Amino acid sequence: MVRKTVVRKNRYFDSVFLMQVARRIAAQPGISDASAVLATEANRKSLTKIGYAGDAGFDTAGPNDLVVAVSGDERAVDAVLANVEQFFTHATPIADAQPQRHSIAEAVAARPDASVAVISVPGEFAAREARAALEQGLNVFLFSSNVAVEDELALKTDARQRGLIVMGPDCGTSFLGGAGVGFANAVRRGPIGIVASAGTGMQELASLIHRAGSGISHGIGTGARDLSEGIGGISTLTAIEVLENDDATTVIAVLSKPPAAHVARVIEERLARCTKPTVLCLLGSGRKPATIDEAAALALQAAGVSHPAPARRSDEMLARALDQLSPERRYIRGVFAGGTLCYQAQVIFRDAGIAVRSNEPLPGMAKLANPDESLEHSFIDMGAEEFVHGRPHPMIDATLRRERIEREGADRSVAVILLDFVLGAIASNDPAGDLLPSIRKVQQQSPIVFVASVCGTDEDTQNFAAQTRALEDAGVLVFASAAEAAAFSLDVVRRLAERKELVHADQA
Amino acid sequence: MQTKLEEALRKPVFVNVGVRSFGDSLREAGYDVIDVDWKPPAGGDLRIADLLDELI
Amino acid sequence: MSLKERINTANAEAFRRITAADPVLVDVAPAAEVIPGMRDRLILHSGPPITWDRMCGAQRGAAIGMCLFEGWARTAEEAERMLSSGEIALEPNHQHRSVGPMAGTITPNMWVWVVENKAFGNVAYCRQVESYQQFGDYSPRALEALAKWRDVWAPSLRAVIRKMGGIPLKQLVARALMMGDEMHNRVVAASSIFANAIAPVLVTCDVPKEHVVDTLYYIGNHPFLFLGLSMAAAKAAVDPARGIEGSTVVTAMSRNGTDFGIQVSALDGEWFTAPAPRVNGLLLPGSREEDAGLDMGDSAITETVGWGGFVIGGAPGILNFTGGTAEQALAFSREMHSICVGTSPDYLIPALNFQGTAVGIDIRKVVQTNVVPVIDTAIAHKEPGHGIIGGGIVRPPLECFTKALTRFRERSDAWSEKPSSERTDTLIRSF
Repeated sequence: MVRKTVVRKNRYFDSVFLMQVARRIAAQPGISDASAVLATEANRKSLTKIGYAGDAGFDTAGPNDLVVAVSGDERAVDAVLANVEQFFTHATPIADAQPQRHSIAEAVAARPDASVAVISVPGEFAAREARAALEQGLNVFLFSSNVAVEDELALKTDARQRGLIVMGPDCGTSFLGGAGVGFANAVRRGPIGIVASAGTGMQELASLIHRAGSGISHGIGTGARDLSEGIGGISTLTAIEVLENDDATTVIAVLSKPPAAHVARVIEERLARCTKPTVLCLLGSGRKPATIDEAAALALQAAGVSHPAPARRSDEMLARALDQLSPERRYIRGVFAGGTLCYQAQVIFRDAGIAVRSNEPLPGMAKLANPDESLEHSFIDMGAEEFVHGRPHPMIDATLRRERIEREGADRSVAVILLDFVLGAIASNDPAGDLLPSIRKVQQQSPIVFVASVCGTDEDTQNFAAQTRALEDAGVLVFASAAEAAAFSLDVVRRLAERKELVHADQA
Repeated sequence: MQTKLEEALRKPVFVNVGVRSFGDSLREAGYDVIDVDWKPPAGGDLRIADLLDELI
Repeated sequence: MSLKERINTANAEAFRRITAADPVLVDVAPAAEVIPGMRDRLILHSGPPITWDRMCGAQRGAAIGMCLFEGWARTAEEAERMLSSGEIALEPNHQHRSVGPMAGTITPNMWVWVVENKAFGNVAYCRQVESYQQFGDYSPRALEALAKWRDVWAPSLRAVIRKMGGIPLKQLVARALMMGDEMHNRVVAASSIFANAIAPVLVTCDVPKEHVVDTLYYIGNHPFLFLGLSMAAAKAAVDPARGIEGSTVVTAMSRNGTDFGIQVSALDGEWFTAPAPRVNGLLLPGSREEDAGLDMGDSAITETVGWGGFVIGGAPGILNFTGGTAEQALAFSREMHSICVGTSPDYLIPALNFQGTAVGIDIRKVVQTNVVPVIDTAIAHKEPGHGIIGGGIVRPPLECFTKALTRFRERSDAWSEKPSSERTDTLIRSF
């Protein structure tokens, strides 16, 4: 430990600048303390008091001279003092000087032409921000979930009065004038306008329309509860109205889970009055169109777009799948990222008379007692609240879905694992790649049939074709839509059940 | 004159409040986005936040 | 009018009053002569009210110093005994239209700057700024400087200020802001302008020659001279905004080294406190982090009117004192607009393209954004008996603002029911 000083004659620096210099020197390795001061009498005295004295020039230095005093291990001190000038010319890094906006009001003051607030704050604060956005004259895309139904009603009523729309809460996707908001695929613009209360339903429908060669004018998400008794379809009605008046829209497709009965009537009446052709798809209502595929086909037809029928599932594929399965395997497990895709799969099974359990069951289907434990035929919505609490959605982070696939794969009664892969903005950069290691691991252990669909387009950064190919290369049976994948899985499960009955008959 | 809803469908300009990537992906797609540096009001105290709603 | 509209209207009035202020230095005078309620055996101190047992080391040291200075005690031990027994009363400066830097102690024979707000006729007072006694040093050297102020400098300054018929401060402050001052811990330009203005008149005053020379040395070499003036000017400017029914504008931010307290226009007379925070900054040679006391002083009155940390973007020189970069300083000054009612038409920041400084801290906006005011400040020792040990940046606890907002909401039911004509009357009467 040494203490040394150097004096620089006739140098003036602001004392606050000198403190900064001292701090930089003191931060050097091996230095325990540093001072840089003008050599006033008081400063020299205080340095003397803490043990600095006697070096050349120190005692004769005056207030116009600079003294640098450093203590620490000798080599470090010498190194610093030999190059002391560098500490006076040290440049401070340029920090980001972008103006920060702390509220929606400030943002709107800065950009009066702002028109949409995209809100994804935690649910308990979401209504408050949405209200602020409406007060500032903004439409609201409300990604946040866990918003009370009373708040939703108040927000939507307020929006209606102001000529605005609230998309959400719990709205995953919208397409506004070509801008994909939230979990949105890169979809071509075209004649079909979509109104959807179903998040991944919107993505699937828009992607199917794109892959059929057409496109969408706008896609307006309304939030999962919009057509419930409590809300009465306020946003859906606003969306239908604005699309009806929109020049770019020639066909309006409305996609939802089954609404409350009287709300369904209101929507039907509204669509009946619409001056443009409309398609109403109420998934699970038992009415046609029964699937998103059928809704897409009707919308394309109404828009006058001819599109080739997608390749159907073949008997040959089915036979091959069945061959690989041993007799004790008979159940299907769906491990979904997309909530609507999970729902649609349940509808397809229910309509075929096969009971499926789910953590998010259709009306009439059994709810899994424990969402972590599948039983018999089970479809798991991995985006449900219990799985996303405090962690990213499975479309972004596949960790829980990977674990689930491996667990289902270890169950010797499982014959089919049904998956969806959702591409687009915000979603993972490689949804297929995220799950493939787990798929391969399961395949190595047991002969299970993996069935999948990919929701997306070739313009998505993840690339529809590349994701499909990667899955197919791993032996996954990939279908042209989530409905097709579910329908194929249904065929497999039915045949397995028949086979089992035959076995029973033989034994009898 | 266009309503804000019509404007939103014609040439939307976004205010992003919350998860940064929602704004970033719109910006990357060429849209104008103003980010709000959002923190839970009242340091996350919901009681105070409710009270604030009556005053601001 | 809705409650929200009433608040906005009241805040607009508070903002109008603060920005309309016209502070003029009219005198330097013994506290006993001018400060309302000043009396024997009373020590005024910085911050919200505090008792001796909770008082921090530096403020205790300063109080001991004042007892010795006033001759109430002959020794520090005797002073401590008198203070702890309650023989000496302790009251906050803010209750006496006064402010003081750091420990802020004012007693009857402490001379104070007297600043009158000509736009409203109210007067405010601030004690001398120095680097020893107000930091808790009660050594003979520290007390000598107080005596010199009382016997030589202050009377000489009184003579020259009176001869000049007062010195307008508004323009002086505006000029200093152009020169890189921020009116809190960087007042070197303002001090020079002030010294230059009075020097030629001082030599013509009827003051003993050696006092003139001594005073010229004093004003010419005191880099913090003007802080006492900027604090008094700020206090004079913001006081007319007190007591406006419905206003959520902050009228004082003040610390005593134990508590940080704020006051709010509509809740005049009440303090909203939380534990004083640690200052994040740089220390003078020989001082250590563990020596540092907590945030202290009435000087945040400068931030209350939009100076200090609020204009720090225009005073990049001070940043090396407080840490950070020039860009961060600009960001601080921009950020303060998020929590204020408006923008000053007079006090401009050249580095922000001459944008006015943010004025009128609105507790609602603070709570909404979680952005608390930025304050730059000096650091005292945690024990009595030391001078200044450093400087830095500090931000008040959010708790002060949430407490004030809660109280405001309780109170607002009472007056928001009143018909608006009656309200307007109260509004006018309130000042």
